[in-house]
Amino acid sequence: MTFWNDPIHFIAEWLRGLFIGWGMSGDVANVLIALIGAVVLASVAMVLDILLVWVERKVVARFQDRLGPNRLGPFGLFQPFADILKLIIKENITPAGADKVPYNIAPILAMTAVLLLWAVLPLAPTIFGVDLNVGALYLIAAGALGTLAIILAGWSSNNKFALIGAFRAVAMMVSYEIPMVVTLLIPTILAGTMSLNGMVKAQDVWFVVLSPLAVIIFLISAVAELGRAPFDLNEAESELVAGYHVEYSGMKFGLFYAAELLHAFTFGGFMAVLFFGGWRGPWAEQYPLLGLLYFFVKAMIGYWVFMWIRYTMPRIRIDHMLAFNWKFLTPLAFVLLMVTALVDKALAGAETWVYALGMFLANVVVAWVTVEILRAYSRRRRLEEEAPAKQVIRTGVEGQAAHH
Amino acid sequence: MVDAWLYIGLFLLVGIVIPGMAIMISWLVAPRKPNPVKQSPYECGVETVGESRVQFKAQYYIFTLVFLVFDVETVFLFPWAVALGKLPLFVALEGIVFILILVAGLVYAWRKGMLEWV
Repeated sequence: MTFWNDPIHFIAEWLRGLFIGWGMSGDVANVLIALIGAVVLASVAMVLDILLVWVERKVVARFQDRLGPNRLGPFGLFQPFADILKLIIKENITPAGADKVPYNIAPILAMTAVLLLWAVLPLAPTIFGVDLNVGALYLIAAGALGTLAIILAGWSSNNKFALIGAFRAVAMMVSYEIPMVVTLLIPTILAGTMSLNGMVKAQDVWFVVLSPLAVIIFLISAVAELGRAPFDLNEAESELVAGYHVEYSGMKFGLFYAAELLHAFTFGGFMAVLFFGGWRGPWAEQYPLLGLLYFFVKAMIGYWVFMWIRYTMPRIRIDHMLAFNWKFLTPLAFVLLMVTALVDKALAGAETWVYALGMFLANVVVAWVTVEILRAYSRRRRLEEEAPAKQVIRTGVEGQAAHH
Repeated sequence: MVDAWLYIGLFLLVGIVIPGMAIMISWLVAPRKPNPVKQSPYECGVETVGESRVQFKAQYYIFTLVFLVFDVETVFLFPWAVALGKLPLFVALEGIVFILILVAGLVYAWRKGMLEWV
């Protein structure tokens, strides 16, 4: 074992030797090393978050045909540090009548919920916080904590805008959680494990090839779960000012903002892990640091797609949003789950390429049937709408005939 | 190496301390000069009328009920999905039947008009 093929354990072993040399017992040394690991991983996430502020501002500027921050440092790279400094020295205003305890817990919880996701994110073959055997379930559980932070913030702010924003966030979360959980079941079936690192290891063929529809459903429900446009009803600035965090200022607002950005990047990472082969790439097995690079590139591309969607789509209306989920996404996700299970069972003993081809074709068939159903439905709707108009024209023609 | 859930516990601790520290630093440096105008709820300059914690629309509650049914039952599907490769065909089909029962619930709610935002 050298640094290059297992860096984390190499450092951990070295630290362990050091701590035991200082006269600690093995158990204490282990816990201390785990704590150091957790601090390092969380700090990496936070530093990345600072970078994401810059990336987000720069990319949105490009989408809107602007330059973005370009004064502080090369390409405006130091802008986020100035932002943080500004947020720290700003006054934290607590509105009168606010419920103090939940009001102060909410921003911390928002950040904690996102950081907790990083504990299971497999960054490279041997670089990850912990490889839980129920990783997929943990992902859902920790992801839902963020919504709790939103409703705490909305309820405790003593502001109607904030409260309405929180209600909307909950309606959205409870709706889009269903297709997300169901699409998480699909990689679970394909990999035969809930462990996220196990899923990456099982992706000899990327799951995006096996189940492209699941990727699309997961992407849409992830955007809704993140509360980003077109599903940003919880902070719709044209109607609710800023939604659930309208009463927050200074660093407390900053934490909500940072949590949102890091959440988006983390879900980009989960897209990469679940469907795009995570850290897999040439020589990633031998050199985990290379796997780390692959993972971050894939996660960044996922994050870029989230930004692309956010700055391209207009906001969706709440009844449309709920109808889109319950009447389209959820049934489609369940049908896809059943088809995936059946095809998996039918092709259990087949060779890899036969299995992959069968899965892919099954997805194509499901997509095609969905499009056909939608087309038939919209045709029926159109005919119903046109029917009275046609009648008027006919009577008009008949009237003319009678006149002649 | 420590137990996986102990690590999650440590991570939770770190995850609370790091954002907590950010707020603490801000609490130390930021000015504190509250006054009634500053602390009034922001409603675009208009005085708040009545209670701020208003009643919510009943439709939210109904969506939450539908969600509850699905979420609890999809949790049951996870063990089934993990073991699918090793299960006999009959048990795999039973899982499908279970999903169909779930979908029947959705169709029922749909037909009852529960999914309309009115």
